[in-house]
Amino acid sequence: MEKMATRDAYGKALVKLGEQNSNVVVLDADLAKSTKTIEFKKKFPERFFDMGIAEQNLMGTAAGLAASGKIPFASTFAIFATGRAFEQIRNSIAYPHLNVKIAASHAGLTVGEDGASHQAIADIALMRVLPQMKVIVPADGIEAEKAVLAVAEMDGPVYIRLGRSKVPIIYAEDYQFELGKASIIKEGQDVALLACGIMVAEALKAAEELAKEGISARVINMASIKPLDKEAVVAAARDTGAVVTAEEHNIIGGLGSAVAEVLGENVPVPLERVGVSDTFGESGKPQDLLEKYGLTAKHIQEAAYRVLNRKRDV
Amino acid sequence: MEQQQEKLKEIARQIRRNIIEMLTESQSGHPGGSLSAVEILTTLYFREMKVDPANPRWSERDRFVLGKGHAAPALFATLAEKGFFPREELLTLRKINSRLQGHPDMKKLPGIDMSTGSLGQGLSAAVGMGLAGKLDNKDYRIYALLGDGEIEEGQVWEATMAAAHYKLDNLTAFVDSNGLQIDGPCTEVMSPYPIAPKFAAFGWHVEEIDGHSLEEISAAIARAKEIKDKPTVIVARTIKGKGVSFMENEVGWHGNAPSEEQAKQALAELV
Ligand SMILES: Cc1ncc(C[n+]2csc(CCOP(=O)(O)OP(=O)(O)O)c2C)c(N)n1
Ligand SMILES: [Mg+2]
Repeated sequence: MEKMATRDAYGKALVKLGEQNSNVVVLDADLAKSTKTIEFKKKFPERFFDMGIAEQNLMGTAAGLAASGKIPFASTFAIFATGRAFEQIRNSIAYPHLNVKIAASHAGLTVGEDGASHQAIADIALMRVLPQMKVIVPADGIEAEKAVLAVAEMDGPVYIRLGRSKVPIIYAEDYQFELGKASIIKEGQDVALLACGIMVAEALKAAEELAKEGISARVINMASIKPLDKEAVVAAARDTGAVVTAEEHNIIGGLGSAVAEVLGENVPVPLERVGVSDTFGESGKPQDLLEKYGLTAKHIQEAAYRVLNRKRDV
Repeated sequence: MEQQQEKLKEIARQIRRNIIEMLTESQSGHPGGSLSAVEILTTLYFREMKVDPANPRWSERDRFVLGKGHAAPALFATLAEKGFFPREELLTLRKINSRLQGHPDMKKLPGIDMSTGSLGQGLSAAVGMGLAGKLDNKDYRIYALLGDGEIEEGQVWEATMAAAHYKLDNLTAFVDSNGLQIDGPCTEVMSPYPIAPKFAAFGWHVEEIDGHSLEEISAAIARAKEIKDKPTVIVARTIKGKGVSFMENEVGWHGNAPSEEQAKQALAELV
């Protein structure tokens, strides 16, 4: 299966955007080679601003550019974007509804060897709680590119979560990303697997394994964490009566929580959340980390068994 | 010239009166740091800045960012005086459904170029505006007003470094150097001094003036406009609470509204 890191797709998309729209500007905080904004810098050096190792000013400067009609993409690692500069994002970007796109790379455990200090596992939660902020977690390179191009067309702040590691390509080139719309990748009636980011590919693998045992799993990509496609969640719960969420994020505050909120208020069916179990990560190879912290197809499959058992008990 | 100076003084007096009336009506807000910034705001909006109250989003306008957003009453009074919105609206300050929020809200009130309130963030936005102006080859200028306590924030120095790095000679920042913050004098809380050499060391052109002298403010702005390839900071010595005897240099008047009785006395002094 072909693989690509979502950050690479971001770099590619930025170049396209740069060609399409002269108002697009890009800012980074001394991580251009890692976030891939370097691709834009090479083509459009006059529209690229390295702000140095100063993430708070990175966000504030992006806000000022947006207030002057530019479409700034501000990039750094997810941990620093949402952590170090949280309050700048809140007060200088989200509150005034400024047109800043925060594209943060190296999210989640798959940062790997750099370890826990660099593994953002709370960024979805931090961005999701901000009024006016939209949150997107692309599943593969195709979706990342489409999402980046799509958000440049709309007004207002957006957080896009990108990864360091290569992930399988799930979508075909003609895939259309739509904000606020879940994407059903596989139909199924027994259990629904709702995933985002790198966990979508894992959910698909889990669904294949479940199919071998005669369990039909619906797989839904919830890339648009906010706005969340409530109808798709409710329909999945009604049709299957058993939901599993999967994300490369703390189980507190991310996709699992967002889905639980919708289920609790609409169709309270059994739910199991796969994610980082409220703990910090550590150094290691991405694949080893995913195994150790319970973020593989196998873990989704096991969660599916648990939720199916609970469904029977209801 | 004489005549214009007199007119500006009269506007400044009116802004001060409005600040007192607004705070007395709302029974909350920040008089000290509002009063210390009046001459700076008056000079900017009535002498220097290219703005059009009928077209507040005019793309060619000069921009203003109130880093010390708690001085919003001074900015609101100035904007009302300039005609951005009706004067009567000033008395809705801080009330439910008002466009006059406790701190400036660019999406609510015409004339506000950046939402602020969290100290230390304004200068970064001004840097972004400066970069945009350069990219678009526009000749508009960006002004920011920072508190002397505010510059204790690390982000201010990130922005200071960036403004010099990108040679933003379209950016002029004022420091309202009134010597006081909330917990006491800046010297006791966390000394930001010396202020001028810090900015100079970061590569800025520096002016030091009396921040209540309309002449000195104008002259400093005029020099800033001549400086090429460097942003300018105007360190303005001011008196917190300026114009109201019992508020002047009193740390207790940072964030307290006057009573009806105190307001009467203040207004009697502001004639
Ligand atoms: C980030 C942040 N921290 C704390 C505050 C609370 N606060 C409001 S005003 C103020 C003191 C400001 O002092 P200074 O900048 O000197 O303003 P001035 O004396 O001109 O009123 C503080 C600490 C704030 N608004 N923002
Ligand atoms: Mg002060």
